[in-house]
Amino acid sequence: MTGKRLGPILTALAAVGAGFVVLAIGLAASGYDPVVALGALGRGAFGSWYAFGSATLVRAIPLILLGLGVALAFRGGALNIGAEGQFYAGAIAATWVGIHVAAWPSGLAIGAVWSAAAVAGVIWISVPVLLKVRFGVMEVISTLLLNFVAEAAVSYAVTGPLQEAKRVYPQSDPIAATARLPLLPGSRLHGGIVVAVVLAVILWVLFTRTRWGFRLKAAGLSPEAARVSGGIPVLRVVAGALLWSGALAGLGGGVEISGVTYTLFQNLSPGYGFTAIAVALLARLNPLGIILSGTLFGALEAGAQGMQREAGVPAVAVQVAEATIILAVLLAEVLARRAAARSISAPDPA
Amino acid sequence: MSGDEPVLELRGISKSFGSVQALRGADFVLVPGEVHALLGENGAGKSTLVHIAAGMIPPDDGTIRIRCVDTKLRSPRTARALGIGLVHQHFTSIGALTVSENIALSMGPAGGRADRQSLSGLPERLMAGLSLDSRVDRLSVAQRQRLEIVKALATGATILLLDEPSAVLAPSEVDELLSLIRDFVARGGAAAFITHKLREVFIAADRVTVLRRGAVTLSGRVSGQTEATLALAMLGTAVPEDGADTTRPSALPVRSEPIMAHFGGIPLRGGELIGVAAIEGNGQRKLLRDLAERDSAAGSVALVPEDRTTEGIIPDLSISENLLLGLDRDPGWSRGRWIDRTRARARTTQLINTFGIRADGPDVAVGTLSGGNQQKVVLARALERRPAILIAENPTRGLDIRATSFVQDQLRAAARAGMLVLIYSTDLDEVLALGQRVLVVHAGRVTEAPQGADRQVVGEMMLGLVPKRQSGSGER
Amino acid sequence: MTGEAAVLAGFLAAAIRISTPLLLAATGEMLNERAGVINLGIEGAMLAGALASAVGAAAGGPWAGTLGAVAAGLIVAGIFATVAIGARCDQIISGTAITLGSVGLTGAIYRRAFGSGGPGLSLPTFPSVPIPGLSKLPVLGPALFDQPVLTYVAWILVPVAWWFLFRTWWGLALRATGESADAARASGVPVRRVQMLATVTGGAMAGLAGATLVLAQVGTFAEKMTAGRGFIAIAIVVLGRWRPAGVLLAALLFGSASALQFAFQAMGLTVPYQLFLVMPYGLALLALAGGVGRAKAPAGLGKPA
Repeated sequence: MTGKRLGPILTALAAVGAGFVVLAIGLAASGYDPVVALGALGRGAFGSWYAFGSATLVRAIPLILLGLGVALAFRGGALNIGAEGQFYAGAIAATWVGIHVAAWPSGLAIGAVWSAAAVAGVIWISVPVLLKVRFGVMEVISTLLLNFVAEAAVSYAVTGPLQEAKRVYPQSDPIAATARLPLLPGSRLHGGIVVAVVLAVILWVLFTRTRWGFRLKAAGLSPEAARVSGGIPVLRVVAGALLWSGALAGLGGGVEISGVTYTLFQNLSPGYGFTAIAVALLARLNPLGIILSGTLFGALEAGAQGMQREAGVPAVAVQVAEATIILAVLLAEVLARRAAARSISAPDPA
Repeated sequence: MSGDEPVLELRGISKSFGSVQALRGADFVLVPGEVHALLGENGAGKSTLVHIAAGMIPPDDGTIRIRCVDTKLRSPRTARALGIGLVHQHFTSIGALTVSENIALSMGPAGGRADRQSLSGLPERLMAGLSLDSRVDRLSVAQRQRLEIVKALATGATILLLDEPSAVLAPSEVDELLSLIRDFVARGGAAAFITHKLREVFIAADRVTVLRRGAVTLSGRVSGQTEATLALAMLGTAVPEDGADTTRPSALPVRSEPIMAHFGGIPLRGGELIGVAAIEGNGQRKLLRDLAERDSAAGSVALVPEDRTTEGIIPDLSISENLLLGLDRDPGWSRGRWIDRTRARARTTQLINTFGIRADGPDVAVGTLSGGNQQKVVLARALERRPAILIAENPTRGLDIRATSFVQDQLRAAARAGMLVLIYSTDLDEVLALGQRVLVVHAGRVTEAPQGADRQVVGEMMLGLVPKRQSGSGER
Repeated sequence: MTGEAAVLAGFLAAAIRISTPLLLAATGEMLNERAGVINLGIEGAMLAGALASAVGAAAGGPWAGTLGAVAAGLIVAGIFATVAIGARCDQIISGTAITLGSVGLTGAIYRRAFGSGGPGLSLPTFPSVPIPGLSKLPVLGPALFDQPVLTYVAWILVPVAWWFLFRTWWGLALRATGESADAARASGVPVRRVQMLATVTGGAMAGLAGATLVLAQVGTFAEKMTAGRGFIAIAIVVLGRWRPAGVLLAALLFGSASALQFAFQAMGLTVPYQLFLVMPYGLALLALAGGVGRAKAPAGLGKPA
C-alpha cells in the first residue's frame, strides 16, 4: 500500500525539482543570475508568515478551484484548456452582481456573487460543449480560442458598461462591502480558502466512492469499453463533467473578485487557467492532492512576484518551470508504463 | 519443380518474449514449386516463425539460409530485397488511399509508379476487380486480401509467406485463394501459409510442418498424413471428446419462462444457442449491436464484444473494477449511488475461482492478464448480470485450445440454463459446431440455414447465393 | 483610382499581408497533421520565432532575423517532437505545455534583450517588393503583387507542399503515416522519423510565420504578440480540409476578416475595436464547427505511433 502511495509523490517531487532546474537554466541563458532570482522567488513564497499566508495561500485558492475544474474534466477524458476564459467570465458576472447587492445581508450577497460566477463559467464552457456534442469539435481548441474572447470581453467591460463611474481607469467600481469575503486578521487570506478545501474534499468523495465518479473514470480511460461493456452514455457523462468544470473555474473568478481584488480589471489572472493544468496533472487528478499542488503553485506564483520585485526577472518566466513540471509528469507516466509492460510476459499468442 | 534446392531454410530457430518461449529450435524449409502449410493451434508460434522469416523480428538463436547463403535478416526491407513477401494476417492497406497508392507505398521510394504498365507482369486473375484508382476502403474483404498479395508480388517476391490468409474468407473465397497460391508455385515460386484448419492442408499443401508450443512436432509430405496424425501432432493428445476442461463450470440460475427476441426478423427463444455466420462487413455487427442495446422486456442483454482490448476491458483498471464496469447497477455491487468496494472485491475473488482466472487477486490490473484470462473476465461479467440474452462476438478468437473449450462450454451451459445465446464467429466450423440453429447474415438480411446444412451450403448462403438444393440452381 | 477602388485595394492588400503568417503556420501544421501529429506548441514556436526575428534583425538586419526565427521554431518544435513522438507522451498536453514554456521564456529573454524600451522598438523590416508589370494591374496589382518577400515565399510553398504530398513517395509515406502508423510501418515506412521531420518542418514554418509577423507586418515585438494565431492556424487546417489549396483559401478568409477593421475605419464606421479583436476567434469556431462534419481528418491524428 505505501509503495503505491509513495510512487506518485516521489514523481511529483522529481518533477518539481526538474522544473526548477530548467528554470534556472533558462534564466541563466537569458542573462539573469539564477541564484539571485531563485532566492528572491523563495522569499516571495515562504520568506515570512505574511508571504506564506497573504501571497502563497491567496494565490493557491484560485489555483485549487481551477485545478479541481481541470481535473474533473480530465478524469472524463476531456481537456478543458479554457479555464482562464471561464475564470474571466465568472469574474465579470461576479463584479456585476457584486456591485448591485449593497442592500443585501452579507451571506446572501456572497452567495449571489458566487452563484453568478459559477453560472457564468457554465455558460462560457457551454459553447465548446455544444460544439463537441453536436459537431464533434475538439474541446481543446474551442476552449482555448474562447480564452482570447473572454479577455476581449473583460477589456470591453472595463472600458464600457462596467467601467467605474469616474471613467478614468479601465477598471470597474468596487463591489459592495456585503459581497466581500471575511479576511483572517492581519493578512490578506480570505474565506475562499474554506470553499476551496471543502470542494476538494467533496470532489474526492465523489470520485472515489460514487457510481458517478467511477463511470466518469471509465469514460475517461476508455470511451469504447465504457460504452459497450458499461452501458455508459459517454458523451453525456463527459459533457456534464465539462459543464461542472466550467462552473468551478467560473467560481474561481468569483472568489478572486470577492476575496482579493473587489474590482474587475484586465490581466486579473496571471495565467491561472494554464497553471491549473499543471496543478491537476501534478496531483494525478486527486482532489486532495490538488490542495497540495495548488499550494505549491501558489508559492511559485507568489515567488514569481517576489522575483520580479527583487531581481527584476519578469514574473511570466516562472511558466518555464510550470511547463517543465507538466512535461516531467507526462514523461514519468510513460516511463512507468514501459516498466510495467516489460514485467509482463507477452500475453497474446504468437 | 519440386526437389530443387531449398530457397528458404530456417534451422534451430528459438525466440522468447520476456518469460514466454515462443519458439524452441524450430526448423522450416521451403522448396520452390511447393506449397508448404504451417499448422498449429493459436499460440503455437506459427506467426512468430513467419515474422522471423520475413525479417520483422530477429531470432534469438538459429540460422537462416536464403538460396543456400547464410543471411541475417536485419529488417523487412532486407527480406523484401531478397524476394521474401509477407502477406499479413491483419490487412496492412490504408483505407483512405487508393489501390495504386497502397501498392506504390509498399514498393518503396525507388519503386516508381504503380500503374497498369508496371503491374502488367502480375497474373490477370490477381488483378481482377481491383481498380487502381478506387479507395481501398471501398473494396470487399476478399479483394483486400488479394491486394495484400499484389503488394507482396509487386515488390518482386519469389517467396510468398501468408499469415492465416483464410481466416476472414467465405469457403469458396478460401478455395479461390488456395488456388491462386498453387498457381504462383506452379510458376516457380515458393509459398507457405499458416493455418489451423486441417482441411486446408489437405486441399492446398504439398508439405506440412506442425508446431506445438513452439517446437516442431511433425514435418513431411502431406500425402503421408491423415487427419488423425496431424491432430495428434497439433494437440499432443487425440482430438478431445467434447472440449472437456478441468475447470468447474459456473453455477447458473435456471430460468423459467421462455424469452423472445427477434434477430433480423427471425424469432428466437430462451434456451437456444444460435450460431451466426457471416463474412465481415455484411451488417451482422450492426444487427448484433442493435440487439445488445435494447434490453429486452424479459431482462437485460449482455455482450461479449469482438475487440476485447478496446471494448471489453479497461486494461489499467483492476479485475474487480472491470467487473464493476458492467455491474455497477447491480445491488450486489453497489448501494444506490455509492459503490461497495468491499463486497465487489469479495465477489470478484469468488468469480476468479469459479472461472479459473489465473491472477494474483482482484486488484490486479486486467491489462497484465493473458488474452484467455481477460476473456474470462469479460465472460464472468456478462454472466454475472444474469442476462436474458447473451451475445458473443468472436469470443474464442486468439485463444488457445483450453481457453477456447472453456468459453464454448460456458456458452453451452448458459443456453442450458435458459438464456438465449447468440454466437457470431468468423470461424465457420465453430459456428456449425456450437449452433443448434444457424442464421446467416448477408447484406444486412438474415436467413436461417436448413437443419443439418453443411459448410458448403452455409458458405454459399454467406455469399448470398441460394443453395442449389433449395432453388434448383445456384442463383443469387 | 477612385475612392471605392482605393478602399478595396487597401483592404485586399491588408488581407493578404495579415494572412501571410497564418498561411505559413497553417501550411506547416498541415504537414505534421497529415503525418498524424497535432502540435499545439505551434503557438509557442511562432512566438519564439517572433522574438528571435526581433533579436536577429536588431543585430544583423531582416534576413538575419528570419534565419534566427526559423531556427527558433525548429528548436521549439524539436523539443515537442522529442516528448510527443520520441517519448510518446500525450500530444495535446505536451503541446500546450510547450506553448506555456515558450511564453515564459520569451518573456524573460525579451525583457533582458530589450529592457523596458520594448514597445518603442524600431526594427529593420522587409519592404514591399513590387513584381514588375503585375503590380501595375488595377486593384489586384498593388494588393497581390506588391508584398514583402515573405508573402511570395508563403505562396510558393503552397504548390510545393501539394507537389510533395501528392507526387512524391515520401509525401505518400507521410500521408500513410497519418492514416495508420501501423500499416505504414508494415510497408517499411520509418514512421517515427517521418513524424519527427514533419513536425520540425512545421515548427520551422511557424518560426517563419513569427518572423513575418514582426518583420513584415507589425514592425516590432511585444509580449504574447502572437495572440493565438498558432491556434487559429490549426482551425485553418481543419477548414482547409488538410489540403494545401484549401489552407490557402482559409488563410485568406481569416486575413480578410481581420482586415475588415481597416476597411471599416476607412469607411468611417465606428465599432468597438474589441469586436475586430474577437472576429478571428469567432470565425475559427465557426470553421471548426462547419469543417469537421464534412471532411475527415487523417485517421491517426493524435495517436502515438
